[in-house]
Amino acid sequence: MWRVEVALKTGITDAYGNSVRKQIIEDLRVNVDSVQVIDVYTVNANLTHEQIGVVARDLLTDPITQEYKINEGFDRPFTVAIEVGFKPGVTDNVGATTVEGIEDLLGTKFSDAESVHTSKLYLLAGKVSQDEAEKICTGLLANPLIERYQIWKVGENIQVTAKKIVFQAQAKDFKPAVAEVDLDVSEDELMEISRKGVLSLNLEEMRLIRDYFKDALVLAEREKVGLGTKPTDVELEMLAQTWSEHCKHKIFNAQITYTEDGQTQEIDSLFKTYIRKATEEIGKHKDWLVSVFVDNAGVVEFDDAHNMVFKVETHNHPSALDPYGGAVTGIVGVNRDPMGTGLGADLIFNTDVFCFGPPDFDYDKLPASVLHPKRIFRGVRKGVQDGGNKIGIPTVNGAILFDEAYVYNPLVYCGTGGLMKKEIAGKPSHIKTVNSGDLIVMVGGRIGKDGIHGATFSSVALDEETSSAAVQIGAPIVQRKMQDALKEAREAGLYNAITDDGAGGLSSSVGEMSEFSGGCEVDLEKAPTKYPGLQPWELWVSESQERMTVAVPPQKIDEFLDLCRRRDVEATVVGTFTDSGKVHVKYDGKTVLYLNSQFVHKGLPGLKLIANWRPILEPEPSLKSDLAETLERILASFNVCSKEWVIRQYDHEVQGASVVKPLVGVKNDGPSDAAIIRPLVDSNRGIAVSNGINPKYGEIDTYWMAASAIDEAVRNIVAVGGDPDRIAILDNFCWGNPIYSEANPDGDHKLAQLVRAAKGCYDAAVGLGTPFISGKDSFHNEYRLENKTIAIPPTLLISAFAIIPDVERAVTMDAKSAGDIVYALGQTFDELGGSHYYMIGGVKGNRVPEVNVETALKLYRALYKAIQDGLVASCHDCSEGGIAVAAAETAFAGGLGIRFEIGKMPAVGEMDDAKILFSESNSRFVVTVNPQKVQAFEAALAGCAFARVGEVTADSKFVAIGKDGKPAIDIDIDKLKEAWQRPLRW
Amino acid sequence: MVINLSEKPKVLVLLAAGINRDRDAEDAFRLAGSEPERVHINDIADGRKKLKDYQILMLPGGFSFGDDIASGKVLANKLKYKLKDDLMQFIADGKLVLGVCNGFQVMVKLGILPGFDGNYMKQDVTLTHNDSGKFEDRWVYLKVNPDSKCIFTRGVEKLIYMPICHGEGKFIPRDDGVLKRLQDSNQVVVQYVDENGKFGIYPINPNGSVDHIAGICDESGRVFGMMPHPENYILRTQHPRWTREDLPDKGDGLVLFKNAVSYIKESF
Repeated sequence: MWRVEVALKTGITDAYGNSVRKQIIEDLRVNVDSVQVIDVYTVNANLTHEQIGVVARDLLTDPITQEYKINEGFDRPFTVAIEVGFKPGVTDNVGATTVEGIEDLLGTKFSDAESVHTSKLYLLAGKVSQDEAEKICTGLLANPLIERYQIWKVGENIQVTAKKIVFQAQAKDFKPAVAEVDLDVSEDELMEISRKGVLSLNLEEMRLIRDYFKDALVLAEREKVGLGTKPTDVELEMLAQTWSEHCKHKIFNAQITYTEDGQTQEIDSLFKTYIRKATEEIGKHKDWLVSVFVDNAGVVEFDDAHNMVFKVETHNHPSALDPYGGAVTGIVGVNRDPMGTGLGADLIFNTDVFCFGPPDFDYDKLPASVLHPKRIFRGVRKGVQDGGNKIGIPTVNGAILFDEAYVYNPLVYCGTGGLMKKEIAGKPSHIKTVNSGDLIVMVGGRIGKDGIHGATFSSVALDEETSSAAVQIGAPIVQRKMQDALKEAREAGLYNAITDDGAGGLSSSVGEMSEFSGGCEVDLEKAPTKYPGLQPWELWVSESQERMTVAVPPQKIDEFLDLCRRRDVEATVVGTFTDSGKVHVKYDGKTVLYLNSQFVHKGLPGLKLIANWRPILEPEPSLKSDLAETLERILASFNVCSKEWVIRQYDHEVQGASVVKPLVGVKNDGPSDAAIIRPLVDSNRGIAVSNGINPKYGEIDTYWMAASAIDEAVRNIVAVGGDPDRIAILDNFCWGNPIYSEANPDGDHKLAQLVRAAKGCYDAAVGLGTPFISGKDSFHNEYRLENKTIAIPPTLLISAFAIIPDVERAVTMDAKSAGDIVYALGQTFDELGGSHYYMIGGVKGNRVPEVNVETALKLYRALYKAIQDGLVASCHDCSEGGIAVAAAETAFAGGLGIRFEIGKMPAVGEMDDAKILFSESNSRFVVTVNPQKVQAFEAALAGCAFARVGEVTADSKFVAIGKDGKPAIDIDIDKLKEAWQRPLRW
Repeated sequence: MVINLSEKPKVLVLLAAGINRDRDAEDAFRLAGSEPERVHINDIADGRKKLKDYQILMLPGGFSFGDDIASGKVLANKLKYKLKDDLMQFIADGKLVLGVCNGFQVMVKLGILPGFDGNYMKQDVTLTHNDSGKFEDRWVYLKVNPDSKCIFTRGVEKLIYMPICHGEGKFIPRDDGVLKRLQDSNQVVVQYVDENGKFGIYPINPNGSVDHIAGICDESGRVFGMMPHPENYILRTQHPRWTREDLPDKGDGLVLFKNAVSYIKESF
């Protein structure tokens, strides 16, 4: 075994070391003078001294900036040294690449027993105590769930005492074993089986499974394949996975008895009654819906020859435990949804929305088992960077919200859009066919233990003892290779169907695809593994990343496998699709699972739940404050402030399709409302992408939260020039546990909040004509701390994408020229409940913004027409912080002043200056128009609520004249911009 | 070698694990009037495709092999051990090589840049972590060296504007001698400047590159690499301020590809 250390030569800036130092000082409040980072490669291979010398010199070291030592250390001073590396079995991407690099260099092949492990050695100088060193490890450098660390004091010899890496057990005496589980037990014991096995099955489901294994016909058939009367662990695991909340959306499909104001209503599935129903209603008048709710992502028409695809996922629990790995896995995971839709789409954009605890959350209030919000934020951001940038998909749109409610349960939403030709090899691309006799081929990564029980784990609340088995780290390059190879295979027509191995692994992908043909027969021992020692049930349900399952007709299998081989992508035939009506899984020829397809997929009984709406309304406050200072404070609030620090670290240019970027304006730093991309270089047709989310409103009423989120997503699209009649939306519900029990006494209210949100979704979507095409729900976002359960506030993300027929017509939010006329579009109401104005005043209020879909849609269509006709210079959506924030952002993004009169705003009812400025009423915009186009613009908006309120000025002053005719706000735009940029300028 | 004048020059856009700006490069070369083809490195190594059938080699951006160990390093080694002879012949034939971002990183780690004295396998400069310690996507202005022999920037007099998207773009020469030689031989082709053509600190020089260097060529001017992405500014609407400024239809980056295509048409 060799240990190679690679360090920067003296005099070379250690950029990484410097950023670590900055984080130690700022985040952990420990003073260190300097940090040097040394890369350590532990090469566990049979190499000669000469060979390792060549490897160190020609592969591991940059001759210009670095130097190396083999089996000895650099003589560099430190007071504390810390080495951090992955625990055995955790994905080490750099280690794997190093193996490939060594093989290229030496022309050799590593054996299964040989490997490379990477770690980082941090040399800290300055006064650092042992306690502080420990804090630096656990608080910043190492995540004990997946990483090991070692600390040395000055004078200790690192190389001699460095712990040898414990390699994965070379399970020589591994014996695959299949356990039978006796379900003929008491009900308490049934539940114990479910709980202990992390099956997340409820009593009724356990009973149903027990009864299935008493059916005489079933038992007779089992006997023929050599199985007994008890289910195997493989079978139980498959049922738990297939019937999991994650895969079956049991809560959204439940029978709900809902009570509000003494009125009771029976709802047979929120999904069918409100979400799908909305799409069905809207679909009567839209001819561009192609495939909705049935595949991994929703599909709508892009142009005559292409369809576009969009899916948004959540990856909350894993991101709470390992923010980096969780986020990488989230992004590469959602990539596989469009890749696995129909015959597979090309991936053209990513979106990310995060909800975190406040980055300035008091460290002393944080339980030891919870990572600090700032660390989660940094880790997730890095994960999305590596997931998105490395795979080469532009991250074009997103949002970041902060609230103490997310300290224990951060939310990480990742979305991916795709484009697919309508026809591939003469067949409609959105339709999967699986024929009996097609081969089941697993493509991409290998199976490990690093992804067991993700599907069922997502139905469990986190607590202080949560295990790391569900945590894994994505390997973006493995996926990118697979993606490229599968694209070639698709264009050559080498497969009939494709789906991703996401939650539930092979059990899910093969199970779902076998529904098309009517059955399958799998030889599990053929599935390649990362290391020996995986039991059959683990092979079947492991969620190891970067895998897809494809159905390949036998006559094309040679060509398919040859293509994969030439692209360095592993592809393995693991079985055959059949029409037997059975899911049949074998290991070494012996049957380990034999279930009726019908039972697996349709056998799940529906839940019956109760929901009671018990709103708690706070009184409406009356606040008095200095308006300029208030505006600055809202601009500087974490939710509203500039996210440039994050946005710049994402590649939003790759693929060259960018038309409206996330940052716009005279200095390329204003906040864009939505992104526009032009996916085909020779066509002017574009796609606009946006989102809407505001959990603050949900604390008052989830109905209006849902309607507001839809309206926000839609008006963001309209603000950049997207066609309001060509918008499709996706819903992502993140909730606490909405199932009432003694341990969860307000479960019925959480469910009622869900019911009201679903109703709001229906009404707003139908009213605005925006069909849902796909969605996702994540419940159990709760944390058990001692005896308390902390749940997130109901959070609904609406993601939208739309057509803009000609990208040349797009507008951005920055004011363009002095002298342009400023308009306020849409009515302002006394709606400050959940507003940022109230938030910074420490109150919530109760008059939450509502949506009038008729007037909104009328305005959106009129504005769209005006933008199409080239009448609009800038357009900015009003959301958090209201008109004041929208107008201020318009001004400073354009580097220009704005002067307007509050009294001229279209407003309903008696409101003071503050309320008009900061009300968050929906369906409003701040628009600037060239004076020569004023007449045409006003004509285009005829019949809508709008008013000419002021003008763009050259003097860089933001002036709002109050109702009394005096300046209510008069402040320099640079001051406002600084307030807005400072908080997250890390 | 002579190509039929009616034929478009052929561009090989090299693919390998983690390359991701291949389509962007393909679009730029097609728009510039050539015939680009994306070819996987393994298809060249096993003889299915031949480098000699092309006149321009494009090493696109991306994260080849995840940028693990160091950006471009593993792919550079692969080229060295699998394609060295083909590559040397390609350069000897007077053809063009362009590397952008990760492609540039590969070229300097391989040594085909700066390629002093025709030695294309010696590393004299490197590209390493930005001083900011961050990956950054940001638009930059570039000043073109009018005295450079670089084919790609011929005739470009005004400042050009395009995005950088990288975490390891800080240019460092081995020593002052290497830097001086690069300067004296006008192998420094493009440098980071502000909108008025003046040098500056971050973010004008976005990564802390020595002498503000954004791109260099070999002694012949036919082998060129740069960190910024000319292929991401070929259309007006890619400019971050196209909604507020009067801009020409085509982006600043396109001329680099057009120059390459014209050169091949003139020379072969």
